[in-house]
Amino acid sequence: MAYSEKVMDHFANPRNVGEMKDFSGVGEVGNPKCGDIMRMYIKVEGDTITDVSFMTFGCGAAIATSSMATELIKGKPISEALKLTNKAVMEALDGLPAVKVHCSVLAEQAIKAAVSDYYTRLGIDPAPIVGEIPECEECGCSV
Amino acid sequence: MDQKRKVYADNAATTAVSEEVLQAMLPFYREIYGNPSSLYELGQEAKAPLEQARADVAQCLGAKPNEIYFTSCGSESDNWAIKGAARAQRRKHGKTHIITSAFEHHAVLHTCEALEKDGFTVTYLPVHEDGLVRPEELSEAITEDTALVTIMYANNEIGTIQPIEELGRICKERGVLFHTDAVQAVGNVHIDVKAQNIDMLSLSGHKIHAPKGVGALYIRAGVFIENFMDGGAQERGRRAGTENVAQIVGLATAIKHATETIDQRIARLTPMRDRLIEGLSKIERSRLNGSREHRLPGNVSFCFQGIEGESLLLLLDMHGISGSSGSACTSGSLDPSHVLLSIGLPHEVAHGSLRLSFGDYNTMEDIDYILEVLPGIIERLRNMSPLWDAIRQGKVNYDEFM
Repeated sequence: MAYSEKVMDHFANPRNVGEMKDFSGVGEVGNPKCGDIMRMYIKVEGDTITDVSFMTFGCGAAIATSSMATELIKGKPISEALKLTNKAVMEALDGLPAVKVHCSVLAEQAIKAAVSDYYTRLGIDPAPIVGEIPECEECGCSV
Repeated sequence: MDQKRKVYADNAATTAVSEEVLQAMLPFYREIYGNPSSLYELGQEAKAPLEQARADVAQCLGAKPNEIYFTSCGSESDNWAIKGAARAQRRKHGKTHIITSAFEHHAVLHTCEALEKDGFTVTYLPVHEDGLVRPEELSEAITEDTALVTIMYANNEIGTIQPIEELGRICKERGVLFHTDAVQAVGNVHIDVKAQNIDMLSLSGHKIHAPKGVGALYIRAGVFIENFMDGGAQERGRRAGTENVAQIVGLATAIKHATETIDQRIARLTPMRDRLIEGLSKIERSRLNGSREHRLPGNVSFCFQGIEGESLLLLLDMHGISGSSGSACTSGSLDPSHVLLSIGLPHEVAHGSLRLSFGDYNTMEDIDYILEVLPGIIERLRNMSPLWDAIRQGKVNYDEFM
């Protein structure tokens, strides 16, 4: 298994990593038994995600996909962030080994979970906006 | 992070071919290239060193030359010993029960699983928190139907050394064949197949500075097992195929050196291991895996709470350190290593495992360098870990496993 240079770059120099104190929404997906947890914080102003950060327990690909996902949604409208697919994260990283596709799914889930939390905090039902958070097909672990 | 220093700390995975071994092998590629089965001089020139190699390997194990069979690797030796003995026992005595341990190498475990599909029943002995088989539990597990006991000499991941002599004695008393996978033990533990009541023993070359692709199986005279490969008179007709003379000579050179220098190796590696264990034990919420006392001199296996092994290995690699992990991500499966689960660790803790294994080319400076670098790497990963965050806040707790 070999990682692309981009994966190694985002793993070695993760963007937007760390806890956020004044977040508008936070979502956590994965579980420790499977070996990866992603927590995504978002700061929303108007309809825009003005800031984003992540904390990840997991392998190199899990850290790199988290990092890349934050870059892809930072400064974007919520509606656009919700359209981000795991494929787009993978492509932005120049691909992932087949056994690591699961990590990109987690990144997509983490964004949706953070947005859901944002709407829930506003007293808005997130289900019609965010939709179903896809379950990871790789291990079927509950979000 | 352009560190100059390189520390190869994965000697349990493989080792470099030594200069002595390389020089011993070279003549057999271009000068003495004859087939040892040929009658003319060039063939016989290859035959004599082949038989000398057999005698050398035998001497290192306390065996006789005609009890040594050369193979292509440790996994082949395991496969041959277990399948060959189990099937011969079934055919001759109708016995269909095998006893092994829960944390064997996959070369043994998957072989046992293959035999289960073929109608054998297999008992997997527990190895307990300390990674050791209990002789009394072996004794209780043996039945009239037991064809074979196979228990590894030393574990490849956590380095625990089994009470082989005692296990062998029990098997001898009960009239059951005893095989041991000694791939990790050779050169690190004093082996004497006669005194330790071992009927079959697998070993591999590349763990002791011989090349990859050569191994051996000791089969005690009088033990009948089925042939591994039919087709020629090589290896007393039990394992066909033109002998890999160069590598066999390499294996013999390596095992002679490993055995002759075993006391120096133990004396040199043990303080290195112990310094590393002591240093890593100071890291908050860390644990040594497996018995500290009954342990290979070059093995250090730890778990660190709140982090995942693969990212740990990648960061170590960026600092020039080569290690291994039993996390799911490094095994390419969804589960962490069966060895770590067998000693009672939950998945959550086993994911944070690290094995560092040392050999003749390592120095105390390597240990100091690892101790300089590793705590910072763990801190860095923990700082970004939501699991570590949850552990620190007391939302989850794994301290009972520490």
